[in-house]
Amino acid sequence: MRKEFRLAGAGGQGLISAAIILAEAIASRTDLHVAQIQSYGPESRGGSSRGDVIISDSQVDYPEVTKPQYLLVMTQEACSKYAKDLAPGGVLIADSTYVKQIPPVDGTVKSYPISERAREMGREIVANMIGLGILAGFTGVVSPEVLEEAVMERLSKSTWDLNKKALRHGFDVGMKMAGEGGGGD
Amino acid sequence: MAGSRPRLFQGNEACVEGAIAAGMRFFAGYPITPSTEIAELCSVRLPQVGGTFIQMEDEIASMAAICGASLAGVKAMTATSGPGFSLKQENIGFAAEAEIPCVIVNVQRVGPSTGMPTSPAQGDLMQARWGRHGDQDIVALSPAYVEEVYFLTVEAFNISEELRTPVILLMDEVVGHLREKVTLPGPGDIVIKDRKKPAPGSRYLPYAPMEGEDGDIPPLGAFGDGFRFHVTGLTHGPDGFPTNDPGVGEPQIKRINSKISSRREKLCKAEELFTEDADVLVVSFGSSARSAKKAVKDLRAMGVRAGLLRLITVWPFPDHLIQRIAAQDLKAVVVPEMNLGQLAREVRRCLDGRATVIGVNRVAGRLIEPADIIRAVQGVT
Repeated sequence: MRKEFRLAGAGGQGLISAAIILAEAIASRTDLHVAQIQSYGPESRGGSSRGDVIISDSQVDYPEVTKPQYLLVMTQEACSKYAKDLAPGGVLIADSTYVKQIPPVDGTVKSYPISERAREMGREIVANMIGLGILAGFTGVVSPEVLEEAVMERLSKSTWDLNKKALRHGFDVGMKMAGEGGGGD
Repeated sequence: MAGSRPRLFQGNEACVEGAIAAGMRFFAGYPITPSTEIAELCSVRLPQVGGTFIQMEDEIASMAAICGASLAGVKAMTATSGPGFSLKQENIGFAAEAEIPCVIVNVQRVGPSTGMPTSPAQGDLMQARWGRHGDQDIVALSPAYVEEVYFLTVEAFNISEELRTPVILLMDEVVGHLREKVTLPGPGDIVIKDRKKPAPGSRYLPYAPMEGEDGDIPPLGAFGDGFRFHVTGLTHGPDGFPTNDPGVGEPQIKRINSKISSRREKLCKAEELFTEDADVLVVSFGSSARSAKKAVKDLRAMGVRAGLLRLITVWPFPDHLIQRIAAQDLKAVVVPEMNLGQLAREVRRCLDGRATVIGVNRVAGRLIEPADIIRAVQGVT
């Protein structure tokens, strides 16, 4: 078993943090192997940004994501750039606040106004946690409790409550999406 | 003693934790991508364990500082990348000649010159071996996994202490920045080695070989422990003072080389996969070897008898391992590396015409893909 996740959007949306939290949760609280890769350079200061995570039941050999089974895109640019990389039968989750046009893909497409919901919850900066929650809820790779523990290890205490609330909300949305089955909207 | 719960570590972070576990209590450096996290974390972690962190004015001074710290009896490390590694060479040569234990980490990025700061390469393989003037053997270890970074950093310190020599930890950007699951060992679970010290009150000759096992490695007194001795980069006699006498100089130069080359088999660590019946051998190191491992597994699933030799110790070179496998009838040896053929050149030297060597090379910052290696192997089977 090898599953590839890509979380992509703009610098400042916290997608690398979200990828690290997902990887941390897998590393410290499951028996699975995990590798987390991030793109560096000018991309990390605005412009496009992405965090990649590979989960496997054996040691990860080749440490690059080439065909993600799960792709979270939080800007139109990221969607246009990475949609074509989706593994056949994979799942593309788009933040419909910013993603208006999704190219045809050989897989399931799901949309949710992630950033808009984060704004309503108090701060758009927690959109990454809603996105992460959706991924976790949809795939079932980790429980929300385990992700919350990773949030508390990685993020500062003053942000815990809002981040956890955003995570839980995303998780519920993701579970609901999974229950709807393939096809998408 | 049981280790702690597994945790996500970045490669550079694992290097710092391994160094501290090995006893490093001094770090001097000049931060450079993609090694920066090592300096950053040392500045946080060393004060917590009673150690010292110094950000120096440049890489030359950083290397000089760790030589000084080590002579004062403290285990010391520096970390850099390509351009900084070039600057450190002269003082690495000084450490080799003056037999000063220390660890130099090079997280390789694309060169030549300032190249591509955030992109991986393995173009410093030959520089690690030959970057300095004069004859001196060197030890260099090259990890491919984050957990291995931890244990090889410990090993780098142990070898440097045991052999009284600088040891290079040759990482690359992929393994430096990757985050993976690591279970840290408990304090009693790793072996820590310390340099031999001279007996107190004895007349100390810092460069005099002795009788008995490992007698070719003289003990090293610490400045501050009451030993007065002379340290120089000039060719020196047993007392450490310069000499132009070939009768004194030649054994000294030969000894700093043979203390490493004579221990080649003990020093050379490697991972082998399906080598016993391989008719095509893939030889690689560092992060390229991860792509090679995937390629070899996929080739086996297709019925191709491919095998992998992943070099963990890159210097001294494991001639004996390559020659042992080459005694089988190999159709070819495929060498994936993120440079233009530095490892392939050594492999060719070892094979001495017994098998064709085919390089799989990338130099502009992208990790070699398993498919590239599979294609190269399929071309010869």
